[in-house]
Amino acid sequence: MLRLTCPCCGVEADESELTQGGAAHLRREGPGSDEAAFEAYLFLRDNPKGPHLERWRHSYGCGKWFIAARDTVTMQVFGTYPAQGSGPPPDIAARMGGRA
Amino acid sequence: MQRYSVFALVRQAMGWHQGWERAWRSPEPQAAYDAVIVGGGGHGLATAYYLAKNHGMRRVAVLEKGWIGGGNTGRNTTIIRSNYLQDPSAAIYEKARSLYETLSQDLNYNVMFSPRGVMMLAQTQHEVRGYRRTAQANALQGVATEFIGPARVKELCPIIHVSGPRYPVLGALWQPRGGTARHDAVAWSYARGASDLGVDIIQNCAVTGIDVEGGRVTGVQTTRGPIRCGKLGVVVAGHSGVLAGMAGFRLPIESTALQALVSEPIKPCMDVVVMANTVHGYMSQSDKGEMVIGGGADGRNDYTQRGSFSHVEETLRALIETFPMLSRLKMLRWWGGIVDMTGDRSPIISKAPVEGMFLNCGWGTGGFKAIPGSGWAMAELMAKGHSPLASAFGLERFREGRFVDESVAAGVAH
Ligand SMILES: Cc1cc2nc3c(=O)[nH]c(=O)nc-3n(C[C@H](O)[C@H](O)[C@H](O)COP(=O)(O)OP(=O)(O)OC[C@H]3O[C@@H](n4cnc5c(N)ncnc54)[C@H](O)[C@@H]3O)c2cc1C
Ligand SMILES: [Zn+2]
Repeated sequence: MLRLTCPCCGVEADESELTQGGAAHLRREGPGSDEAAFEAYLFLRDNPKGPHLERWRHSYGCGKWFIAARDTVTMQVFGTYPAQGSGPPPDIAARMGGRA
Repeated sequence: MQRYSVFALVRQAMGWHQGWERAWRSPEPQAAYDAVIVGGGGHGLATAYYLAKNHGMRRVAVLEKGWIGGGNTGRNTTIIRSNYLQDPSAAIYEKARSLYETLSQDLNYNVMFSPRGVMMLAQTQHEVRGYRRTAQANALQGVATEFIGPARVKELCPIIHVSGPRYPVLGALWQPRGGTARHDAVAWSYARGASDLGVDIIQNCAVTGIDVEGGRVTGVQTTRGPIRCGKLGVVVAGHSGVLAGMAGFRLPIESTALQALVSEPIKPCMDVVVMANTVHGYMSQSDKGEMVIGGGADGRNDYTQRGSFSHVEETLRALIETFPMLSRLKMLRWWGGIVDMTGDRSPIISKAPVEGMFLNCGWGTGGFKAIPGSGWAMAELMAKGHSPLASAFGLERFREGRFVDESVAAGVAH
């Protein structure tokens, strides 16, 4: 079973305690953005075969959103970090080997 | 092509079955083709077959990185139905279902199409309303379905527990001409038919790059050398995003795992297909007697072809409530496939942003049933640049907000 450590409360949670929330760090579009920008925001995804930055919610725990860096082929977890901020912290980025 | 028949069987039996020829040729790749199809699943093979059969294209190759049918086509639970809500879906799924009716004869290969009937259980009031609406839509679309009550459900499938405490069976959407077919046979029959019309089926040949010059596709790089092509059809299901990346664009698709499992074989006890969408479980009995069971897709992005334990547990928990007799069964095999999910749960059959490149993907958890119709439409699109069956499934629908929304209709889509 996939297990992720919630960076907010520190609990190492089973997948069944978490809710998956899709790709992380999407740029949110608003009024004034054109159709192509909305399409990219709402629908187009990198969907990588390899390292992936993704949102998770600790639904049956503290309830907070956080971000996990995980490999979609090997299931290796490079680390988790709070949802604030625009990218992975340097140590996690290093473990990913610049592959995302 | 050596035709299959009872006489051929007798003739071959007299020669100790040593005289059968290979079902399809296995040629070395040529330097160039008019059309190259990437992906030797059912959809890719059917596309190649109809390119040759309906549109006279003979210089066609199918490139498959593993073995044909080794992707989702050989991993699925083979439910065939066409009781969708939206008109464009009903058109293409019903085209496919009707082609399945005579596929064994058309391809001279027994695909074991078994129109045993599919019922989708309504276990909440919301589902009752939803399926009544679908039955009305199907009547207008010319798709034969009917909303039936719990007594008829019990009559058609005696092993169902209709009065369960949490999710009682309140009725079902019943499509009597839905059913199952043998998945491998569907891939193999199209491969054999296509090969006979001159299509080169090339296995163990992974596409590693797509050559684009001046916005136009000119060929592909493969593990067996470069191959030039006039037109390129990408039909790789869960790997569509990877191939799109090779051509420099992104797709409205995410790849996740969908799992299935089969039980030990038991005596015949269920001769219809039952889908319980509220609890995410569905089941049929194979000719060997195994109960073939599937559930919902995992949420997270996944390329492992395995899937999560928690989902299987949920599926079995739900099915045991509806089919109490299952609780004593041992499970034999358990596997996963990587499905290509779109936001509106409808496929993409479309020109790509790169000239000369075409996409057939996004079938997600429910594309086996569509193989004949999808190949038919994709071949027409590639040969003529337009296909009435495919026109609603273009890539531009996401930008334009013209979804073919089947997610609201069914909740699950096998
Ligand atoms: C567990 C499970 C149950 C399902 N149940 C049902 C069901 O009951 N009813 C139903 O209608 N549908 C069902 N489906 C969905 C159905 O299986 C798929 O929609 C359908 O088989 C897709 O066919 P395809 O030809 O597009 O893809 P695939 O059969 O996956 O074929 C794609 C092929 O592309 C190849 N490929 C990938 N990358 C490359 C590359 N770079 N170079 C060369 N080749 C490449 C792969 O090896 C693969 O063989 C189920 C799926 C799963 C996983
Ligand atoms: Zn937490």
